[in-house]
Amino acid sequence: MHYTICELIADLTQNAIEADAKVISVRVHETETELSFEIQDNGKGMDSETLKKVRNPFYTDGIKHPNRKVGLGIPFLIQTANQTDGTWHIDSQKGKGTKLKAVFSLSNIDTPPLGCLTSLFRQILSFPQNYEMNIERIKETKNDSKNYSISRSELIEALGELETVESLDMLRTFLESHEE
Amino acid sequence: MAKMTLEDLRKLRNETQTEIQRRETDGKSVQIIVGMGTCGIASGAKLTLDSFITELKEKNLAHTTIIRQTGCMGFCANEPTVEVIAPDMPKVIYGNVTPDVAKEIIEKHIIGKTLLDKLIIDYPSVDVVKK
Repeated sequence: MHYTICELIADLTQNAIEADAKVISVRVHETETELSFEIQDNGKGMDSETLKKVRNPFYTDGIKHPNRKVGLGIPFLIQTANQTDGTWHIDSQKGKGTKLKAVFSLSNIDTPPLGCLTSLFRQILSFPQNYEMNIERIKETKNDSKNYSISRSELIEALGELETVESLDMLRTFLESHEE
Repeated sequence: MAKMTLEDLRKLRNETQTEIQRRETDGKSVQIIVGMGTCGIASGAKLTLDSFITELKEKNLAHTTIIRQTGCMGFCANEPTVEVIAPDMPKVIYGNVTPDVAKEIIEKHIIGKTLLDKLIIDYPSVDVVKK
């Protein structure tokens, strides 16, 4: 299992980018007891047979590394959910895209820590491919609720390409100001 | 800190005059490519990426360095892996790049122009490419 929930989200989002998605939505919803996230993309998707196979850690499409025999991204999601009383769900249609949702209990002692959302968002916004990414973050506590939405195209328009250390550093300042 | 708006972000960027500096350093830039497949992420590549950004800024190399992420480069046993392309230096892939090693790469490879011999990966994992 990944060390934090953020690493798990990063891993699954990277799948969406490698599936040639042009638009990816990531939603992270946190309450006092639960953390849920959704990743939706319009990439190449999977047929129902492939969708079954990806649950197996010893399955990979073999396109990228022809002799490799493992594919651990989705199995990590399933393993984490199974061991922590979490839930997960994936819908996918070949040629249309994939939608993934997971819910984790924050009170289960085995649930990995959330990790650093600021650095997660910066990371998934700054892959070199050409894609739009909309991130929605909601945090609810008993007395308060805060949320914010950001889109990659707006950030690129404000900062230029998200690849120089300078723009990545400014992006962190921007994201931290929203997380506070 | 209050929530920054996109307008604040634009202002911040203009203050740092990125474009002018980038033009001046055209062709002299350093590229750092961090592997971010499942294997990289599981080995802490995100911390490595953060360490590069923080340290390069500290060393005033922020406007001449480009950082990119890529998927699995095929060296899962040696993650986190990082490819470094710097002027006057051969293109190399380093393995086991922890946040501390990232600092060392900046000091020795990028600034000092010396290779970190023991961390260079010279061939892909055997299950990816048959020798």
